[in-house]
Amino acid sequence: MSLRGLRHVLLGLLTVIVLALAAVFYWQWSNEPGSGISSPPVADRQAQLRRGEYLARAGNCVSCHTARGGATLAGGRQMPTPFGTIVTPNITPDRDTGIGQWSADDFWRAMHNGRGRKGEFLYPAFPYPNYTRVTRADSDAIHAWLASLPAVRQQNAPHQLRFPYDQRWLLGYWRALYFRPGVWQEDTRLDAQWNRGAYLVQGLGHCNACHASRNFLGATSLTGELTGGLIPMLNWYAPALGGNAEGLERWDVASLTRFMKTGVSEHGAAYGPMAEVVRQSLQHLSEDDLRAMAIYMKSLPAVAPAPAPTHLKPAVADGLVKQGGPIYEKHCIDCHGKDGRGQGRDIPPLQGNQSVTTPVANNAIRMVLHGGFAPATAGNPRPMGMPPYGPFLSDEEVAAVVSYIRAAWGNRGGAVSADEVARLRSVPID
Amino acid sequence: MNRRVGAKSLGWSLVLILCGSVLAFQSHSAQAVNQGLEKRVAACVACHKLEDQATRDGVFPRIAGKPAGYLYKQLLNFRDGRRHYPPMTWMVSQLSDDYLREIADHFASVKAPYPAPPPATLPAATLERGKALALQGDAARKLPACAACHGERLTGVQPFIPSLVGLPRDYLNAQFGAWRNGARHADAPDCMADVAQRISDEDLLAVTGWLAAQTVPAQAAPQAGIKLPLPLACGSVPGSAK
Repeated sequence: MSLRGLRHVLLGLLTVIVLALAAVFYWQWSNEPGSGISSPPVADRQAQLRRGEYLARAGNCVSCHTARGGATLAGGRQMPTPFGTIVTPNITPDRDTGIGQWSADDFWRAMHNGRGRKGEFLYPAFPYPNYTRVTRADSDAIHAWLASLPAVRQQNAPHQLRFPYDQRWLLGYWRALYFRPGVWQEDTRLDAQWNRGAYLVQGLGHCNACHASRNFLGATSLTGELTGGLIPMLNWYAPALGGNAEGLERWDVASLTRFMKTGVSEHGAAYGPMAEVVRQSLQHLSEDDLRAMAIYMKSLPAVAPAPAPTHLKPAVADGLVKQGGPIYEKHCIDCHGKDGRGQGRDIPPLQGNQSVTTPVANNAIRMVLHGGFAPATAGNPRPMGMPPYGPFLSDEEVAAVVSYIRAAWGNRGGAVSADEVARLRSVPID
Repeated sequence: MNRRVGAKSLGWSLVLILCGSVLAFQSHSAQAVNQGLEKRVAACVACHKLEDQATRDGVFPRIAGKPAGYLYKQLLNFRDGRRHYPPMTWMVSQLSDDYLREIADHFASVKAPYPAPPPATLPAATLERGKALALQGDAARKLPACAACHGERLTGVQPFIPSLVGLPRDYLNAQFGAWRNGARHADAPDCMADVAQRISDEDLLAVTGWLAAQTVPAQAAPQAGIKLPLPLACGSVPGSAK
């Protein structure tokens, strides 16, 4: 081919690409899925408000839309992401700084299609890939409840995102790749309870926002699996929730329900980001809804356990485990026991606890370093606290005791190095 | 008649026995609850050792025997972001007001001996200056005496003003730094933030050095009350404003 011919081909190719990109953008901008779904009639306004409040709890709006010590739902919480910091907006009904001018249609558009009031693409830190499954009636109820709250005048702070992530219009392409709007469809082969659980877990609960891995552009899988993953920036590992995956087989529907309702169970306690989810959201849900969520989770296909990390030489790993035994006996055995079984619901077991043996050992390391309390809930108002050992143990000692608990009593978690501990010592923890 | 008296006394005895057993049950369960709490808050004692003056870093303040209202407010301040020390915020983030109050009451009631202070390393003149600031203040520099608010013996005042003795020097210095750079807040008007802005570095090091070198009396406890108004208006002490 002559040089001129090649140039023609390249120009043609470029034109096709530009046109295709323009077409994708145009499609994302002009397409308004869900706009044909209008508000169902509301018979009892008070009942709708109560329902809206309950559903807002299920969606945990308060957690993200409230700054520490700030006015409830007035926004301002900084959410670190790999692309910069998202500052959550004010969703109280203030007309100028909140969503006081939003109609139920505007709210539905945001929930269902991830678009702001002026049509702008919303960043998916707002979990509309999940909320898109919420029904119009439920979206309306949440909107009605939010609109009934006192307005708080608090200006939204701008996001601090790096280029090119600060270019909102690029989200058109993100959406084309990773977002599929669609209301939850009942699976008629399964009963109402399973369907209710699926609706809550996949929709408002947005469990896979943490309990699944994200790709390099921050997207979770379109199929919404709960295969577990490291939560970006927060550096906690959210374990897989699928059915009877290793470590989950001992969790029956009753213990899962209890865990979500109270923050503790005989198989493990909520801590880290999950403690907040339990305290702000799950404990407020009805036993029936929590049981439905548990039934749905137990029905999911089990995930094959990830292989234990092998980055340490066997001799080094064995040495750490051996060194960790006496540290366990000195500091841990009084509460967690020589068999690692813990004590009832107050002190979680370490033996067979899937949060101890996660593929990445962050949870175990951080609990040893920083300690922490299970959340205070109506069902467990005086939770037990795990002491922090970071101030008293060296990186190597923490690595040794974590390696020990990940290898003892039949656990198969793999040893951890002092470097991993050093990295987690300095991560932000509030 | 006799029978009636007998029935009456039998009735009273029954009432007494019932009352007695209710009381016995109550005190027993209160004890059980309290014992439970000690274990529940073992996480706090890991750093805030009850008897040691400080852990190896000398940054963890003593909490045993501090006024309950002060401890409760600090727990809320950490939880709600008015006081900034991430490891503390982390601990109390998901705890309720009720539970934090119970924890504060618990540590306020703990009586633990104070160990001897570490030997003072500052020059005698500096310590003298520190003592004068603590007990008399410096009117020329608009610095009230510590003792004017924190009690004659600097052991605090019920229920909101903390003791200043028995604390590590590094901790005291760090608090002034935190007030100056906005990492520590109290209810407005924040009187200690004012003092922190006003005091010179030299005076600050003198007064914290002297405070940290004091031997705390064996039966030290927060004073029951203090003369109001205080030299400065403090949002966390009702009635402190002139």
